[in-house]
Amino acid sequence: MMQLPTTSGEPVTQPAAEPDRTSPLLEARALRKTYAIGRGEERLAIADISLEVQPGEFVCIVGPSGAGKTTLLRCLSGLMPASGGHAMFEGQPIRSVPAQVGIVFQDYSRSLFPWLSVRRNIALPLKVRGVEKGEREERVRDVLSAVGLHDIENRYPWQLSGGMQQRVAIARALAYRPELLFMDEPFASVDAQTRFELEDLILRVRSEYHVTVVFVTHDVDEAVYLGDRVVVLSRPPARVDQIVGVGLPRPRNQLETRADPVFASLRKTLLELVMGLGH
Amino acid sequence: MLVASLWFFALLLGLWWLLSDHSTSTYFPPLRVILRRFGQLWLFADVRTGLLPSLLHLLIGFSIAAFLGIAVGALLWALPLLREATSPVVYFLYVLPAPVLIPAALVLFGIGASLSVAIIAFACFWPILLNTVDGMRGTDPLKLDTARSLGLSFRRSLWTVVLPGASPQIVAGLRAGLQVGIILMVVSEEVGATNGIGYFILQAQQNFALTDMWTGIIVLAIVGTALNVLFVAGERIALRWYYGARAVSRER
Repeated sequence: MMQLPTTSGEPVTQPAAEPDRTSPLLEARALRKTYAIGRGEERLAIADISLEVQPGEFVCIVGPSGAGKTTLLRCLSGLMPASGGHAMFEGQPIRSVPAQVGIVFQDYSRSLFPWLSVRRNIALPLKVRGVEKGEREERVRDVLSAVGLHDIENRYPWQLSGGMQQRVAIARALAYRPELLFMDEPFASVDAQTRFELEDLILRVRSEYHVTVVFVTHDVDEAVYLGDRVVVLSRPPARVDQIVGVGLPRPRNQLETRADPVFASLRKTLLELVMGLGH
Repeated sequence: MLVASLWFFALLLGLWWLLSDHSTSTYFPPLRVILRRFGQLWLFADVRTGLLPSLLHLLIGFSIAAFLGIAVGALLWALPLLREATSPVVYFLYVLPAPVLIPAALVLFGIGASLSVAIIAFACFWPILLNTVDGMRGTDPLKLDTARSLGLSFRRSLWTVVLPGASPQIVAGLRAGLQVGIILMVVSEEVGATNGIGYFILQAQQNFALTDMWTGIIVLAIVGTALNVLFVAGERIALRWYYGARAVSRER
């Protein structure tokens, strides 16, 4: 179940190497975020971000630590209002988290609700969207098996290992079939082995569920392995330093992709950018 | 575990029995005599007039306080301006010892059940209110973000995220409230009632029926213990997730 055969829905071509004429799923125009406006500790976190994410794309956002990656994700997903500029989802300005958007956070042990069983955690967004009970049960089972978990519906999150908890969190964000999935350093708190498994898992389920992914990470290797494009943020306050297209074939494979010379050169380019050596 | 923690209690009871056995003091009758009298009075002749009214007052007063404490707590949590405006008053009333209000309550309610219920409800209300507000304010911000990312309405967030998250602290408030409630149950009956356990103990003392008085004290001790044991048992069931998660995080 780790790696899907080549016929998965993953696009082999790079849809976003050329900005195409279809309307973007997510769009930011001159986005700006200032914390504590008008108070002594006023701080500009995001100076000027413009980017577009096309349907079906996998876009990674990397940057030096403290660059405002999480702030950017919070503004783009509608968790937090921006101070200036525009963020649009399907052409509509984002005011709160759109119903067709899912978010997976880094800290799964805090984002899952420990008082609800795995089933009820995953069924919660379905209930909100008025899905009938019978179909809820079915969808919970389907999405759990999509993330490689079986027979744990009645367990509680804290009874599961860290990797399994993050799978449940991913399942919950996918259960209502969002168009767009934001992921904020989702694999930063799991061990290396689990991390590889989860990286392949997310590549597989995003084709199964036809979901566009915006993935924040501090790990350049991870960004290259997963993404179609990598957005590199500048030092704070954040601007888009550069957008690098990842010309690696899909489906990707932990052993072969990471051994590909293209992978190595992309990794070097990005590391130089992130570490500020490219300037 | 139970045996390990109960041996000392048994030892004390044994000592009381032995040392008091030949006592001729009117004030400290032999435990043997007290227990015989206990059997005559409380199994179960006086339970109806001596104990049931007290428990009923406690149950009603505590329930009112629990409902209002949690509801008003949620309201103060949701309305920060109201919370700030009321907080001096709340703390003032919280630290005010409830028994000092009994004279005023006597004037207001007269002697009887409503006095007991009102005083118990008043005293239980504050720890429940304060713990509810505190617990809800302590909601993990990531859980609120998660709730919003899943599209939960304010109302659903309140019921499925904020209240369950605050429930360990709300339960702590309820437990504190129950203890205060038991105290006020007795005190209010000693001053302003014509039945109940507090009334019984005071009457026995004033009629110089000191053995009877001692049996009342024993009843009160048993009732207090039983209520606390019941409460903790209920808490263990209701907060199973909390104790489970806590045990796991300690192992790691």
